[in-house]
Order: sequence, then structure tokens, then C-alpha cells
Amino acid sequence: MSNLQELICITCPKGCVTKVWKEKGNIKIEGRICKKGKEYIKQEYIEPKRVLTSTVVVDRSSIKRLPVRTREAIPKKELFAAMNQLSEIRIKPPVEIGAVIISNLLNTGVDVIACDDLL
Amino acid sequence: MVTARHLDLAIIGSGPAGLAAAVKARQSGIKDVVIFERDERPGGILPQCIHNGFGLQKFKTELTGPEYANRYIKMAIAHSVDIELDTMVLEIDKNRTLTAVSEYGGLRTYQCKSIILAMGCRERPRGAIGIAGTRPAGIFTAGQAQRLVNIEGYMPGEAIVILGSGDVGMIMARRLSLEGAQVKAVTEIQPFTSGLIRNEVQCLHDFDIPLLLSHTVVEIHGDKRVEGVSVAEVDQGWQSLEGTEHFIACDTLLLSVGLIPENELSKMAGVSLDPRTGGAYVNELLETNVRGIFSCGNVLHVNDYVDEVSNEGEIAARGAKNRIKGRPVGRKRKIALVGNKTIGQIVPQAISGQRPVTLCIRVKRPMEKLTLRIGDVFEKKIAYARPSEMIQIRLPKKIFSELEPSSVRLNVSCEER
Repeated sequence: MSNLQELICITCPKGCVTKVWKEKGNIKIEGRICKKGKEYIKQEYIEPKRVLTSTVVVDRSSIKRLPVRTREAIPKKELFAAMNQLSEIRIKPPVEIGAVIISNLLNTGVDVIACDDLL
Repeated sequence: MVTARHLDLAIIGSGPAGLAAAVKARQSGIKDVVIFERDERPGGILPQCIHNGFGLQKFKTELTGPEYANRYIKMAIAHSVDIELDTMVLEIDKNRTLTAVSEYGGLRTYQCKSIILAMGCRERPRGAIGIAGTRPAGIFTAGQAQRLVNIEGYMPGEAIVILGSGDVGMIMARRLSLEGAQVKAVTEIQPFTSGLIRNEVQCLHDFDIPLLLSHTVVEIHGDKRVEGVSVAEVDQGWQSLEGTEHFIACDTLLLSVGLIPENELSKMAGVSLDPRTGGAYVNELLETNVRGIFSCGNVLHVNDYVDEVSNEGEIAARGAKNRIKGRPVGRKRKIALVGNKTIGQIVPQAISGQRPVTLCIRVKRPMEKLTLRIGDVFEKKIAYARPSEMIQIRLPKKIFSELEPSSVRLNVSCEER
């Protein structure tokens, strides 16, 4: 089973360890895992996703950085490309919390939003 | 002579504990609520905690630190809470006289009916752990680095070793990796991580950062700037094992070696501190040994989740309300909760048995399939327990009716089955 992966569930603090592999197109999980954990492990096996949180540079303010995040999780493999794109951003006040800073980041369909008000 | 202004409730600190306490106090009808905050903005440590995972319990959604703070600050404003920013509380005494100073308000004193301590905690520094070596630039606590990166917009270095696997350390390992630094290793002196499993996976595994368990930094090298650290494996007594020492080149060392409740003000007022938590001894409404002074959040004991911190703020507000309105605060009877050798800490340390209570317990070492016993009135089977994860147990009031009226102590233990 060359496609075998050992994955730790992080759905709750227990941290169940599972073995996951693909067999005849089906995803098999070994190790005791709850229903919620199963969903997470499957997603983690197919395409791990993460919410990216970072900051962008603020111009013309005593505040130097504005915290931002992706509204939803994006593919893990896009994290560094996303960081590169965030490093290009220069933002000026005012910005309202929840405002879209980048729409459709890297064609993931996910927006980057402001995590705080910038007055 | 300055005349003291009268105040119903003074709250020291505008982090998640202080803000939640203030909102709850106003909601329950306390008129005069003032928060004293030494920083120029409210929120405590939250503005620099830009990662997510906050608010799952309180807001049923996953927020970042700034978002969580933003919601509470808006609630506080909506409830007419007065937040005195840039204001340092210099002293409180056992009669609840509070002295504060700020540039715009000068020196002033308040006579408070109640005080809620919500000052949070600070990080254990290098001096507290005694690492050999030189004293070059490039040594930071994890939270200091977090502030530099997330608030000031500076990178502390390029090649980084992190001592200690506390949550802030692991979160900074991810943050610095994302910002282009190379995190060479996280060392942990214990044979298990001291942070949450979630952080081990998403902050270390995701970025292929080695976690060296039962390892520690034994020496720091470098003249003007850190040039590297010597890392060694340790035995069970934390003594380094000969022959395991090796050099890791780096320009920065971050320390994530524990948090200490910041109780300087509490001590001035005569609040007794529990050496196990580093915070006050409290009853179930979080009143300290000093009447009318309450303690909540990380100044009481270091919590795992911000939601728990805010919950404690609300409990303290309930206690303060009872004190202000002359209602019982659970002082009539005192049943001490005494942990055996398996228990690291318990909060509250004493209860009245007059109302339901949530106990916060930390075990000393990881355990599996255990039974938690509280006297002979409560027993619960638990699948597993780790020192890094606080156990919260809700005790209903009715279990105390089985207690002998004369009992003054309940033994608390966790035993593996």
C-alpha cells in the first residue's frame, strides 16, 4: 500500500491516530475514529485544507499591520503562494472588520478578509 | 489630598477575562463599571494572536484573536463600559482602594465595592530556566516574537530554534515558517508536548519541523548575535545525557517554556496565592481570600482556551454582583478540594457546596482510562487526560447534600483503571 498515510485527527483534543489508504477507489481508515473525525481524516487524505491567517502592510497609519485570514480553508499546498500574494498588498485606513482584502484568492473561490477594524 | 471616587466595580485588564466580566456585570445591572488597561488599546494579548481557533464555544464559530477581541470590545461599548486606556494601576489594598495613573488623567484613587483581577499572565524568561552560555542578541520569548511579527511587522530572525513546545511556541513555528524563516527544531524537555495536539499537527507536522521530545537547549552560543545552540537529550530527571549533545546553527532562539500569572497587584492587596497555579486561592465565585476581590482568567490559572477565560470573567462578575448587592458569595462554608499526587492543580481550591460549580483540574502526567474521584460524592470515568489539557467537571449542587455537614475537605484523585 504505497498510498498509506498515518494521520492524526485534530477534530477534538484527543488526537486519535489513524492509518488511511486507498483501495479500489475507496478510502479506508484503520483505527477507532468518531463520525466527525472520519470526515476530517477523509478530507485530510484527499486534499488537506487550512485557514490561512496572516497580516498585510498598512500605509499611512500608526498601526503597522492589519490581521487578515481566508474566510474558509484553502488547499494546504497553496499556503506559500497565498503568502506571496499577501505580501504585495498595501492597505490604507479605514477598513472595516470582515471587508474583503483579496477576492477569490489564487482562484480557490475563497476571499481574504480583514480580522479587525482599521480606523 | 486626593478624594477617592466611588466605584461599584473596577476591573484590572481588558483582555478576554476583563471584557467578559465587564459585559456580564453591566448586563446584571451593576452601574459603575470601569476597566483599567495599561496598553493603548483594549484586548490584552488577543490582537497579536492572529491565528484562528478562538470563540468556538462562545460564538460557535472559529475566529482569530483580533476578531474575538473586536466582538467583545463592541459588546463592552454597547453596554457603556468605561475602558480607561493607557492607564496603569499602581496599587490596590485590602480595603479595595485602587490607585491608578495615566498621562491624561494624572494620579487618582478609587474606592471600589468590588475589584476583579484580570491581568493575565506573562512568559517565563531565560533567567528563570538557567541556560548556560553567552548573552547575545536574538533570544526572545515566543510571545515577544509574536508581537514583533504580527503587530510591529518585524522578523526576529531567519534560522530559528524554539525551546519548549508550549502553544505559543508552536504557533510561532508556523507563523515564522510562513513568513519565510527556517525553523530548525522545537525541543521539549518532557517526553510529551506541553501544547495542544492540534498545534503539533498544524504548526509542526505541516511544515516538517522536527519536534525533539526529551531534549533541551543546554548552551547558547554567539558573541553579538546568537550563532547556534547545543541541544541534548535528557533523562527522566531532566539531566542531559552524555554523548547526546549536538550543535544546531541558528540566529534566533525562542523560549516557550511556560506562563506565569501576573499577580504583583494581587499580592499588594494581601491575596494569598496557590503555588501550584501561581494564581489566587478562590472559591466557586472566584472570590479570593480578600473580601470583594475576585480573580479570573490567566491571572488565576493559565487556561488552554480563550472561551474558558471569558467564562471565568462572567463567573467573577456574578460574584462581584453578589458582593455589591449584599448577597451570599459562598463564604459561609468552606470545603477544601485537595488533590493527591496525580493532580497538578485544581481551581477553585475551595467550595461552599451551596451552588453548582465547574472544577478545572490538571493532571501531573499523561494518563489513560482513568477514574476521577471527588471525595465519595462524585466519580467519573475518563478516557484519557494530559497535563496540557485542563479537565473541566461540572458538579451539580445535589451531590453536596450527601456530604456530612461537618466535612471540610474533599480529596480529589485520578487513578488509572
